[in-house]
Amino acid sequence: MGVYKLTAYELREKVLNGEASAEGAVWDALDCIGERDGEVRAYLTVDREGALRQGAEIDRRVRQGERPGALAGVPVAVKDVLCTKGLRTTCGSRILRHFIPPYDATCVARIRAADGVIVGKTNCDEFAMGSSTENSGFFPTRNPHDLERVPGGSSGGSAAAVAAGEALAALGTDTGGSIRQPASFCGVVGLKPTYGRVSRYGLVAYACSLDQAGPMTGDVRDAALLLSVIAGRDAQDATSADVPVGDYVGALSRGVEGLRVGLPKEYFAEGLDPEVKAAVTRAAGVLERAGARLCDVSLPVAGHPEYAISAYYVVAVAEASANLARFDGVKYGHRAEGFRDLLEMYCKTRSEGFGAEVKRRIMLGTYALSAGYYDAYYLKAQRVRTLIRRDFERAFEACDLLLSPVAPTPAFRAGEKVSDPLQMYLSDIYTVAINLAGIPGVSVPCGGSRAGLPIGAQILGRPFEEELVLRAAYAVEQGMGGGEHAR
Amino acid sequence: MPVEYEPVIGLEVHAQLATRSKIFCGCSAAFGAAPNTHGCPVCLGMPGALPVLNRRAVDLAMRIALSVGCAVQPRSRFLRKNYFYPDLPKGYQISQYQSQDEMPLATGGGVEIERDGARKTIRLVRIHMEEDAGKQIHDEAFVARDESLFDVNRCGVPLIEIVSEPDLASPEEAYLFVTKLRQILVYTEVSAGNMEEGNVRIDANVSVRPRGTRGLGTKVEIKNLNSFRHTQRALAVEITRQVETLEGGGRVEQETLLFDAEAGVVSPMRSKEESHDYRYFPEPDLVPIEVDAAWVERVRAEIPELPEAKRERLVRSYGIPLSAAEVLTLDRGVADYFEAVVKAGGDARQAANWVTGDVLRELNARQVGVADFPVRAGQLAEMIRLVEAGTISGKIARTVFEEMAKTGKDARKIVEAQGLTQISDAGALGASVEQVIAAHPKEAERYRNGEQKLLAFFVGQVMKATRGKANPGMVNEMLKERLAG
Repeated sequence: MGVYKLTAYELREKVLNGEASAEGAVWDALDCIGERDGEVRAYLTVDREGALRQGAEIDRRVRQGERPGALAGVPVAVKDVLCTKGLRTTCGSRILRHFIPPYDATCVARIRAADGVIVGKTNCDEFAMGSSTENSGFFPTRNPHDLERVPGGSSGGSAAAVAAGEALAALGTDTGGSIRQPASFCGVVGLKPTYGRVSRYGLVAYACSLDQAGPMTGDVRDAALLLSVIAGRDAQDATSADVPVGDYVGALSRGVEGLRVGLPKEYFAEGLDPEVKAAVTRAAGVLERAGARLCDVSLPVAGHPEYAISAYYVVAVAEASANLARFDGVKYGHRAEGFRDLLEMYCKTRSEGFGAEVKRRIMLGTYALSAGYYDAYYLKAQRVRTLIRRDFERAFEACDLLLSPVAPTPAFRAGEKVSDPLQMYLSDIYTVAINLAGIPGVSVPCGGSRAGLPIGAQILGRPFEEELVLRAAYAVEQGMGGGEHAR
Repeated sequence: MPVEYEPVIGLEVHAQLATRSKIFCGCSAAFGAAPNTHGCPVCLGMPGALPVLNRRAVDLAMRIALSVGCAVQPRSRFLRKNYFYPDLPKGYQISQYQSQDEMPLATGGGVEIERDGARKTIRLVRIHMEEDAGKQIHDEAFVARDESLFDVNRCGVPLIEIVSEPDLASPEEAYLFVTKLRQILVYTEVSAGNMEEGNVRIDANVSVRPRGTRGLGTKVEIKNLNSFRHTQRALAVEITRQVETLEGGGRVEQETLLFDAEAGVVSPMRSKEESHDYRYFPEPDLVPIEVDAAWVERVRAEIPELPEAKRERLVRSYGIPLSAAEVLTLDRGVADYFEAVVKAGGDARQAANWVTGDVLRELNARQVGVADFPVRAGQLAEMIRLVEAGTISGKIARTVFEEMAKTGKDARKIVEAQGLTQISDAGALGASVEQVIAAHPKEAERYRNGEQKLLAFFVGQVMKATRGKANPGMVNEMLKERLAG
């Protein structure tokens, strides 16, 4: 049947109408995985039996005249930092190599409740720490557009799975750009919702005050569809917001007429690849032709890499150093063998279980919180964070949306930056401030490089204005002749 | 002349809040369940699980704070206190902290203690909320295999930590302070205050200084004291140690000690555990606690009458002696019981005598609270009325009460069934009196010759003959009359 030619939205319409079977859609995804994943390596775990069983179950209910949920039969890939009940969840780390959660993350449970089918768990940088999926504790994932290149990260497996047709939609998580940057590198749509829009329950924390799960899909309408399923208040997450969930799909066609779109000048400055700049500028032109008004804005703190990147890395690693303390070999996950006492058990377990980047961040975070350094690092970073938030608030007084590049370059070559963490950190230069401010941002394909690599534009909005952000992304997609899968 | 030293003591009292569920999840906080039956992903620190604050725990913490005059902070946060330990599943404890940037739930306030009639206020620094850790069990069979067991049940049980200023000047004052604090905690139903279940645990900070000076000596901490007497003893032992050290020309080192109650000695904890940098930082998984005036007022309205106020009211309203009121108000349930007896028609002074005497004795002997005592307030009131009406004698009443406590039966039923009604019939008593006098002619002769104290002997003999049922007033009168005759 070849459902991977369809979008998630189209597939679920067909399943609802009885024109397509959910089990068939699962088979198609599994076939595609069989065909492509040997080289792309997007998945860490494929739940063949579970997915087929769920697909068949949905078909049975349709035959009995029941109307299935909003994601009826859609094969969904889930980043491996989101807990899936009964299905191995590793966070891309050897320390959780055999960990099987007894619960679903809330966003996963909501997908299941809407009759989306979880086909498997996708690769990522270990504990979502990285920008290329090369920090996975198992193997790197490759970019389906060019296997020599990285898919971005940390949600590289989810981006690659969707780009390769190995799933029709995916969940990623974004702490400093981990949905948007791989979406841009793989030519898919990736949305980081407002902090608090999607429950974090069951999302294995990297940095709690920055993490958000969000959709990664073939087009904007699918992102809107998936967001409407996973968004909303959750009593199990104290930081989830009690803000009504919009009709994200229905709002897409309302266009961008009269909206003011700001171009932060700092995000188009030195260091930006000319091809990326040209593509994002074309996207701005598309919005203008669709009736939006463009204006220049400035983000003096948020747009300043020294402030934004530094503040981000202090806050994120400080939180991470505490979040990863629970992986101590006592209760679950890896435990070293052959230790003399408790301290040695801790040390050996964590030395063996964690990869280099995770260790680096735990040490940085521990240092930043230590007596005598707390004020200079953690507190200072929090103050910068407040200034960054104000920067965006001010910008959103003058305009309704912001448009910028997602990353300074298209997908880079595998191995190119692994030995230079600072270079790697700079690939988050346009994305980290958004997490510090907690605002929503989407990456939407806006063309490609001469080498045929996808390029994404980032559209940002005020807190909880995902509807507006998606409308603008939809306008870019339509204006670029998109709406088809970027693959 | 040798220098005389005085101790300076501050206490940190950890009390378990009497909530049904844990502080950050829905698991039961009840004591005594089989190990590892009260656990879930949240209190086990599973990946991705998140804490959600139990509002009831905040209510209770605010209630004790307001009861001891603390200022509840309009905004306070939880922080992570980071350290590795097997009983701490997340690798950090969610707690609160007080610093330039952080406020705990409540600050200030004080608790008044009384010693030899003098009153003294022990000021409080703060009251903050935190979660308890789990429990490691070092079972012999497992220790032999180099293993220890872990019980998650206590993980996430809600605690408050009440921190005093160093206002306590002796181990006795420390004892009085914690006793008083526990009384208020139990009165306000903020904590069950059950020592056996570890509801209240104490860390003590103590230093000594030359008497009359203002400076502070080097502070030593004694951790994890689980009884008030142990606290008092541990402090006494440590104060002696510090004084002897100084007198011997030595120096007191800042350290953390454990008290061995059996041996009566303090010894240093392993140094690894005392030199922590806890790296506190705000807990990003929780939102700040914002307390508005309405919340404060709602909690204030839940505060019951506190011990002092109750004691004074009992004296005022019922005309009972202060000493009785003091005993009655030690336990709120006992005071309530007393008032219920009076309300049910028992004379107040008699009720006070019975409750502070026989009732408390029974409760102590049975090791139960008044709620589990078989003699209900109405039943005790009826018995008191039977004495008042002369139906039974005071002596018989003791027997009746014992039976009531044993069986839970009503006094009247017991009196009827066992024929214990007091004999107040002049004819019947007269016969007994005559018989007794006739049977003891020598004693009668001596009485008539001036040995008045022998009257008691004759009363006793009449009582014996009537199995205690004779009306003692009448017996007295009749004996005097007939012996004189």
